[in-house]
Amino acid sequence: MNRERLYNFAFFDEGSKREVRRAILKAVAIPGYQVPFASREMPIARGWGTGGLQITLSLVGKEDVIKVIDQGADESVNAVSIKRLVVGTTGIRTTDDAREATIIQSRHRIPEFPLARGQILVLQVPMPEPLRFVESSEYATKRLHAEKEYSGAYLALFEEIMKYGRVATGADHPVLVHDRYVMAPSPIPRFDNPKMMRCEALILLGAGREKKIYAVPPFTKVASLDFEDHPFEVESLEGRRCRRCGAREVFMDEIIDDASGGAEYQCNDASYCASRTRARAGAPASGGG
Amino acid sequence: MGYIAVRGGAEAIEASIERLKYERLRKGRALDVGAAEAGLRALVDQVMAEASLYDEGIAALSIKQAEGSPEEAVFLMRAYRSTLPRSHYALAVDTRAMRVERRISASFKDIPGGQLLGASADYTHRLIDPSLRGETDEGAVAWVEEYLGRVAIDACDTNEASEDSAASRPEAPPASAIDYVRSLGLIEERQMDDAEPRDVTKKAIEFPASRSERLQILARGQTGAVTALGYAALRGYGATLHPTVGELRVGRVAVYVPDPFAAGSAKGDGDAYYVGELRITAVETLVPVQVHKGRGKTEIEFVLGFGACFGQNETKAIAMSLLDQCLESGDKRSAVQDEEFVLLHVDSVEATGFISHLKLPHYVTFQSKLDSLRKARGAK
Repeated sequence: MNRERLYNFAFFDEGSKREVRRAILKAVAIPGYQVPFASREMPIARGWGTGGLQITLSLVGKEDVIKVIDQGADESVNAVSIKRLVVGTTGIRTTDDAREATIIQSRHRIPEFPLARGQILVLQVPMPEPLRFVESSEYATKRLHAEKEYSGAYLALFEEIMKYGRVATGADHPVLVHDRYVMAPSPIPRFDNPKMMRCEALILLGAGREKKIYAVPPFTKVASLDFEDHPFEVESLEGRRCRRCGAREVFMDEIIDDASGGAEYQCNDASYCASRTRARAGAPASGGG
Repeated sequence: MGYIAVRGGAEAIEASIERLKYERLRKGRALDVGAAEAGLRALVDQVMAEASLYDEGIAALSIKQAEGSPEEAVFLMRAYRSTLPRSHYALAVDTRAMRVERRISASFKDIPGGQLLGASADYTHRLIDPSLRGETDEGAVAWVEEYLGRVAIDACDTNEASEDSAASRPEAPPASAIDYVRSLGLIEERQMDDAEPRDVTKKAIEFPASRSERLQILARGQTGAVTALGYAALRGYGATLHPTVGELRVGRVAVYVPDPFAAGSAKGDGDAYYVGELRITAVETLVPVQVHKGRGKTEIEFVLGFGACFGQNETKAIAMSLLDQCLESGDKRSAVQDEEFVLLHVDSVEATGFISHLKLPHYVTFQSKLDSLRKARGAK
């Protein structure tokens, strides 16, 4: 196809890759700090994972094995679309197994299997600035970070306690990285926040539209913002059990049962669920949904 | 089944892409790219400007592939642009040395060199012309031949404009209408700023932005967005007094690249190579502002706003000149004077991308928020 002749290995010209990698190195050197970078326009839309994609394409080599997930699923349409682009421009191998991948690009989830040394988790970020809803000006938020002035972030949580009796954040609950920078962990559920704490893998976060790259290097301290008397809480998993693999203590999708109209639960991490189902059956997956 | 609503992504995507192709071709007609380039000049211009990539052929192909959607065509062009090595920076283009095709001033009836209407839809009546239905290529060729027989125009109006045509420009370009106002001492004097512009596509913009960064972002801004914000400024969110188009020009400018091996070439004093011509629109707008002269005295002075973009897109260029002045003013009382507000929201690829991402599944985030809501209700 002439498309292949028109474009380079991993899409970018080498100069562009080097620029992105330089930003990544700076991000790793200053955990949690948002490094501005010359975000390129990508063949997928801004807001659809271009930050993560630029990181992935700048890092990927011929030996890499990539996994792409969107909202926990490898087969989600946008994950498939990103995988097609990476594979189409590199020819590398893909996998669904989080343990086998060298690079995992993800939107809104950290896989349930613990990540290991040597792996890279690339998170797609829509809004990299954790203080944006406190202060709309970029110029001002940059100063707040420089001065480690985070009372606004805490006040926002405090106001929720005053209004709702508890911290009412959803996904993207802000974290403090290495006791220095407050960081948006990307819209992962609160359930996934603790997985960042002293994670063995390198976590890279890319915001293409907002032109920022930031990182959590391996074994970095990552604490979710909270108060002593209102400690951080993950989503309630009480009484929830996966209807397919029987798992508890993992993040679940709430499924409305067609027949009964009631709620049922199922692992959000599709490949985790599939591998448990296979293990339980002691054979290739037997139970379809 | 349906245990995960988005399962089977790969097949679904294939089918959707095929269906898109079907929609493009289902009426049994294939759009000729050459015809698109020739007949959709305004759209080609708009797409090239918003894409920051001057290539009429690639623009026409993108427009075909995008079925005429400017946002999709710009998106294709920008993504392609990302893969091109950037080897050279051109020397600054002097718009006074433009091979003018159209030049008007709303400030003065008689401007040095005269008003030149050129090609414009301004004074057409917007009545749909059914006779265009029957146009043929042969008819077009015949008409052009006849037209050129009776009207003397600069016939080097092609992509293949050579150095000869650039060299054959009138030696002394007509003085700008602005010069006259300046000579009267009515324009706020500015220092010439020859600082190397910062390339917004090679370095992420940081605030406060330089004027070169602002102008780049506005020049590649989405036509509709720049127009809307410029309009807001004109209606009173920004400009307080009625601005006047000092001079609007459409024409071709020559682009030179400095000799990469010559010392000092970046400053333009070495040899430079002629690499081609661009058609651009350039506007200087006179915006009256109140200047405090001390002791409670105020005077009216004119400030210049500048707008320019690839191709002929006059509304956008004028709107840009208004926004340039709003952002230069340093006054932030209105949103269109706030550079973060304007510059971060006028880019087509960024705006359409983020808005369209709302179509992506948000099951996890929604589930997380739902949990919060339930807990909060339980707590109260």
